[in-house]
Amino acid sequence: MLSPASEAELSEVVAAASGPLRVVGGGTRSIGASDTGEVLSLSAMSGIELYEPGALTLVAKAGTPLAEVEDALAKEGQMLPFEPADMRALLGRDGVPTIGGVVAANAAGPRRMMAGACRDALIGVRFVDGAGTVLKNGGRVMKNVTGYDLVKLMAGSWGTLGVLSEVAFKVLPRLDGATLLVRGAEGADALEATVRGVTSPFEVSGAAVVPGEGTYLRIEGLETSVAYRIGKLTDLLRDLGEIEVTFDANASAAIWTRIRDVTDFTEAPGAVWRVSMKPTDMVDRFLPAIAEIGAFDHRLDWAGGLAWLRLEGDDASIVAAHHAVQAAVTENGGGHATLFRAPESVVRQVDVFQPEAPGVAALSQGLRAKFDPRGILNPGLMGGA
Amino acid sequence: MEMPTPDASILARKSRIVERLTGVLPKTAVIHDETETRAYECDALTAYKCPPLAVVLPASTEEVAAVLKICFEEGVPVVPRGSGTSLAGGALPTADSVILGVARLNQVLETDYDNRIIRVQTGRTNLSVTGAVEAEDFFYAPDPSSQLACAIAGNIAMNSGGAHCLKYGVTTNNLLGVTMVSMEGDVMEIGGAHLDSGGYDLLGLICGSEGQLGVVTEATLRILRKPEGARPVLIGFDSNEVAGACVSDIIKAGVLPVAIEFMDRPILEITEKHAKAGYPDCEALLIVEVEGSPEEIDAQLGLIKQIARSHNPVELREAETAEEAGRIWLGRKSAFGAVGQVADYMCLDGTIPVSELPRVLKGIEEISAKYGLKVGNVFHAGDGNMHPLIMFDANKPGDLELCEQCGADILRLCVEVGGCLTGEHGVGVEKRDLMGAQFTEADMEAQMKVKDVFDPAWLLNPAKVFPLETSRARRERDVAA
Repeated sequence: MLSPASEAELSEVVAAASGPLRVVGGGTRSIGASDTGEVLSLSAMSGIELYEPGALTLVAKAGTPLAEVEDALAKEGQMLPFEPADMRALLGRDGVPTIGGVVAANAAGPRRMMAGACRDALIGVRFVDGAGTVLKNGGRVMKNVTGYDLVKLMAGSWGTLGVLSEVAFKVLPRLDGATLLVRGAEGADALEATVRGVTSPFEVSGAAVVPGEGTYLRIEGLETSVAYRIGKLTDLLRDLGEIEVTFDANASAAIWTRIRDVTDFTEAPGAVWRVSMKPTDMVDRFLPAIAEIGAFDHRLDWAGGLAWLRLEGDDASIVAAHHAVQAAVTENGGGHATLFRAPESVVRQVDVFQPEAPGVAALSQGLRAKFDPRGILNPGLMGGA
Repeated sequence: MEMPTPDASILARKSRIVERLTGVLPKTAVIHDETETRAYECDALTAYKCPPLAVVLPASTEEVAAVLKICFEEGVPVVPRGSGTSLAGGALPTADSVILGVARLNQVLETDYDNRIIRVQTGRTNLSVTGAVEAEDFFYAPDPSSQLACAIAGNIAMNSGGAHCLKYGVTTNNLLGVTMVSMEGDVMEIGGAHLDSGGYDLLGLICGSEGQLGVVTEATLRILRKPEGARPVLIGFDSNEVAGACVSDIIKAGVLPVAIEFMDRPILEITEKHAKAGYPDCEALLIVEVEGSPEEIDAQLGLIKQIARSHNPVELREAETAEEAGRIWLGRKSAFGAVGQVADYMCLDGTIPVSELPRVLKGIEEISAKYGLKVGNVFHAGDGNMHPLIMFDANKPGDLELCEQCGADILRLCVEVGGCLTGEHGVGVEKRDLMGAQFTEADMEAQMKVKDVFDPAWLLNPAKVFPLETSRARRERDVAA
């Protein structure tokens, strides 16, 4: 395993590499096959380099544990706006989630629909491209349009365009939340409940659906705000089901950790997909369409815009379901489905990422060839050969 | 400022090029008469002018594709143009270029409140996007000062911000998908009505690429429900340092105002004379606005006023009525116009870490004295996006050049303290030659490789963003070879 301790060492290691590298932070959210190259771990490049609460800015080395970042922010009453998940339980990994891994995956939890994904909070990166060149883009200020935005390009590129060495974020004040459950609101009623919630002026910061329970909505803010807004939402939604409110901040947070980390699927076997679509397409078209394919279990987040799907079956049926799920996304309005959890034997047979339209795919592969001309960074991921 | 020498072979082929363009567009949509092309010789950076070879005004994605295909085949540079409000010269033509104006692409294609999206053609103005949804109490969040005139196409090209982006983000955070036409004339969909990308974030890359990667003809934008209400408070201080500290303390306290605007003494004096907003006589003035129900606003402003009082303000004024709120905003909104009444000015938009505010304001004062040019500051303090206005006399020989040097010094200072050259206006031609202050050659090379992929012939919006010397080899290379 390669484990450079500095950006300069990282640059040397990449430049000197003679074969494929498998870039990992803590390895807790990696997807795709696991034996695609020599492991290049960023865990030795760790530490918060700058944190200015008054400027809502934090800069950290890519291998910094996510928990260290979140603890530092919590001490000042702040947070990463995009609420990254801890995927260890779902994916059956141990290891330490890193902030660089969060960026590589463009992670985003329930607050995404209101506050954006990792890509929206990421304001600067330093990285080493496939030739070993040290590059930077963006910076440490929250408004920056100087040159092209390679920051966005790096977010969610799964280490295939460069190896992150440092990442900078815009952070937000952390506010206590309360949760409202519309008991029994599922299917069309769930969509109605989330639509009413997110199109209200009450700044709903989480909207999830758990089959068998109902629709959960979250409000975060100053104490007076939370009480007022929960009251207003209760009036708005009571015809859709019995309303149960969790005002205790810790209990409310636990509900959203469960949704964020897809805890319901942790103990349950089978393959897991993450699907992003327009909410009405997801609920009215996609979910009915895949019900024809197999007995999928699902959880909805992002007001119906995100689905976690689970399906049990042998390798052949999971492979077939994977292709069918991705086709159903395309046929029912578009978006993307990614295979997050599956046996190694399945992952080897498929592209876990949603295939892109030919014109877009040509651009993506063109970029990859420019940033990693030797094709050594995480080959096998993101449509790479 | 240097621009590339126009390609004589293109100038010589003008009539053929115009004829081909007229073959795919209505006659009125191709402008080539030399007196008429003058209307497109510059954008809002009026110091630089150059009439283009021709102007085309397509009305559909198909027409844009047809135009680009012809220009690609003829090897003619294309300068995409929204409404021409760029302060950075983002739509400045070259004599051998075709201006592709999106003004006739102004339709709303779809409004979908359940999914909180609107799909528009990109020639539509920023404010008219909100106009299309406000009857249902929705709005489109990015609000650049030029929002009455500026087009969504230009907003996407420059990743425009506005006064309210501390809370709602800038264009890139509110853009879900685009229809883009490549220089070769291929139409592609990037993103959509869903969130995030399943592959590389090409949408994030296109937003802010200053029209150099493709021509965006349609956009899916996020719309939001309007808050129940909003109310500003005005706080005056006797020093910039204290005002800066107050901004920092407000942010640390956990309230996230929708806007924190900052005006310094030079701006206050000019604005007060012009707009008579009744601002206090002070060194620095903050306008802080929060949103919500009346009770929520009371709670937030209560906290903000408490913080402000701990900094001994010379004045603290909360709007009790809509009219008072209007008066608080009046001076801020008239500031640019007021400065324009007393002088010619250049507006910069470097961004700095909020913590460096006092140091940078002091530095600007020194630079202003060094050049003997008055500089006023009015800006979005919450996110550190400065707007120094350098005042000069365009009729005085040498004054523009002096102003540009003064501006360059200020922007270098912004970069030195950890900031950047431009927070929301874009690089254009204006800051092109300063890119080396912020980026290494390798950093710029990485960005230019992106353009190599999207526009291998380097025909889209030439001579912008990158220093001419840095991009020369690419611009002059014969792609066919």
